Amino acid sequence: MTALTPPTLDRNLLHRLGIVAVLFVIAGLLSVLTDSFATASNLTNVARQISINGILAVGVTFVLLTGGVDLSLGSVVALSGVVCALFAHPGDHPLFVPIGMGLLTGVLCGLLNGVLVTRGGIAPFIVTLGMMTVARGLALIISGGKPVADMSPALTNLSGDLGPLPIPLLCFALVAGLSWLFLGRFRLGRHLYAVGGNELAARAAGVSVPQVKLFAYGLCGLLTGLAGVVLAARITTGQPNAGQAYELDAIAAVVIGGTSLSGGVGSVLGTVLGVLLIGVINNGLDLLSVSSYYQAVIKGVIIVGAVWLDRRQARS
Amino acid sequence: MLRACQLTKTFGGLSVLQEATIDFHPGEVHALMGENGAGKSTLMKMLAGLYPPDGGTIEWRGQPVRFDSPDDALSQGIAMVHQELMPIPDLNVAENLLLGMEPVNALGWVDRAELHRQARSWLKELNTDLDTHQPMRRLSVAQMQVVEIAKALARQADVILMDEPTAALSDHEVAALFKAITTLRQRGVAVVYTTHKMDEVFRVADRISVLRDGKWVGTKAAIEFSPDSLIAHMVGRELTQIFPPVTTMPGEVILEVRALTRAPAFRQISFTLRRGEVLGLAGLMGAGRTEVVSAIGGLAPATSGEICLRGTPTHVTCPADAIAAGIGMVTEDRKGLGIIPALSVEHNLTLAALPSFSRGPIIDAAAERSATQAATTDFAIKASSPHQAIRELSGGNQQKVLLARALLNRPAILILDEPTRGIDIGAKAEIYALIGRLSAQGTAVLLVSSELPEILSLTHRILVLRQGELAAELDPRQTNQEEILRHAMPR
Repeated sequence: MTALTPPTLDRNLLHRLGIVAVLFVIAGLLSVLTDSFATASNLTNVARQISINGILAVGVTFVLLTGGVDLSLGSVVALSGVVCALFAHPGDHPLFVPIGMGLLTGVLCGLLNGVLVTRGGIAPFIVTLGMMTVARGLALIISGGKPVADMSPALTNLSGDLGPLPIPLLCFALVAGLSWLFLGRFRLGRHLYAVGGNELAARAAGVSVPQVKLFAYGLCGLLTGLAGVVLAARITTGQPNAGQAYELDAIAAVVIGGTSLSGGVGSVLGTVLGVLLIGVINNGLDLLSVSSYYQAVIKGVIIVGAVWLDRRQARS
Repeated sequence: MLRACQLTKTFGGLSVLQEATIDFHPGEVHALMGENGAGKSTLMKMLAGLYPPDGGTIEWRGQPVRFDSPDDALSQGIAMVHQELMPIPDLNVAENLLLGMEPVNALGWVDRAELHRQARSWLKELNTDLDTHQPMRRLSVAQMQVVEIAKALARQADVILMDEPTAALSDHEVAALFKAITTLRQRGVAVVYTTHKMDEVFRVADRISVLRDGKWVGTKAAIEFSPDSLIAHMVGRELTQIFPPVTTMPGEVILEVRALTRAPAFRQISFTLRRGEVLGLAGLMGAGRTEVVSAIGGLAPATSGEICLRGTPTHVTCPADAIAAGIGMVTEDRKGLGIIPALSVEHNLTLAALPSFSRGPIIDAAAERSATQAATTDFAIKASSPHQAIRELSGGNQQKVLLARALLNRPAILILDEPTRGIDIGAKAEIYALIGRLSAQGTAVLLVSSELPEILSLTHRILVLRQGELAAELDPRQTNQEEILRHAMPR
């Protein structure tokens, strides 16, 4: 074996360098064009804004790696937030109960998705599309269609700071770090890539494909529940209409980060970069006072453009 | 008519073809021979417009041309029949054959009657009589190939490139294909052809060009080569003894299969396998060989019957069960059931044996690395690094990785389903030697192969399957290809 640079790593590296370069260019432009971008208060604000999308994006990375998809993220965020808020009235329960209930809600939704995909043999797109409307409906039912207010300060403080850093950002960083370790170091992490890369070959090599997929959906659900709790803390209510279309931003971030929608290729680092890129673009467009109508168009173009560039690079 | 002129191609810094210059003439079957990675497929793909050359030119009827896509090449009259066929499985034969050139009536609608009439007439050109109404996915690989060739004819191709057309065919299907090739030759079509099967080249080729390590070695009339001299040209050395002698004495019974059945694929299959024994499974395509070994390997369990390991009935319901029971398998479908294309050589290699490279749930990267290094040396796997994606390796090297994967678990029983299909003669010899070594070490080997010389030379015993049933048990020292085929033929 020679010391040639491995081509696969090469391409990942190129890809990451590409996103990092784009990030720097955009950040540089924004620092010049606006007075407020490169300020500490704005940057912590960006950090706070990207955290929820970041947690969701890391979660859905697991599912996308297996070649699946989860469209129910936004609805499950709302449902978990509502459940969390219901248990979070001041003086009702200790802090871990509302948090635990929120996470549990997410896990159950994720596992149900996973069971339907693996046992039921239904396409992930359909299963999670169903979950998307069911979870939204449940959130509206248990909240009576109204925001669940009156949450204890102990919980809403979770959107505050720990030292200089916002707690949601710390959650995102912890989730990303653990996931990165998990995918790189753990057997189950390797199995996720194998299942997404060639499901039949993975099975033939002794990998339990249903278990791996169930795990991916369950973990994605857990992180979605976490995002729900963080969101509820931030808006100080369990809002049954929250999280609309969150799945789209999350999936967009993952795909921009180089994860293949057909599975088997991708990384947490890429996802984190994708999340940062989308976060900075959102923030920049706000600072430049671009109308939200135009923001939607610009974001869409950037997402498709980024992936197009990536595929072109991959082919050459 | 078609001339490759100093063609050069590099991939990721690795030169796969250097300044190859070869002429192709009408009405001639031209075989490209060489080991895997010699550059045959690359050369063909450049001629067919799939890859742009990095150097040199393609001359077509005396003029230099550039093909930007396969369509471009096809419109000039150069068609390629791929190693992996790409039919549209749910369209019928006629629709596949005339895809994109369907006859239409005055209203612009597809004229179905005319479509099938034309399809039938093209197939008749190749002396085949297929029902053009049946969907493509019901066809055998051989039949699909004929449809692909007819497709090329229908597009007025003057040159047809075939990349290992016989890799997945049984002997009588090969004969049918060769009849079609003879027809093409009579029509003045230039046929360019690659194969790893020696006997075939001399049956069908008019001229032979040899490539070695990306370089053109020589072009001569087929009659000027002997099998030995051709191999010597391909590998650059004489392969004196390709099959190792069978010397091991089988030990005690390790696997007993009783009345194994999964109708209609196979019925009432019973046999035993001993320690150190190499047991050959012969039969035609569709005789149920792959299905029987897939049942033992857990890929597709039997519906009734028993698998006993060392006398104990064992349930094998999935490949994980089989691996845990000490059964390793290398499937015939390298792409579909073997490699994980996007994963690295290392990650593909250790996939089935990860528990032995882990502490608890965590992978021990150092142990994994040293196992990979050992395997790349032992199996002479050619990769630029252990991190290279396995899809970038040649077929022979992919196969070696998969063999190494199955052996990392030190299985007591190793199932090899067509282990040498589509790989070069050098890699074949290495695999034969490996089978000999494993047998000497006491591993029981169940070998499925369509290449009868392999079955005859490597095994202790031969089982012949016919239409899903056990037709005969033969002693390789007292039988020959004719007798095996006589038992294998449907009656």
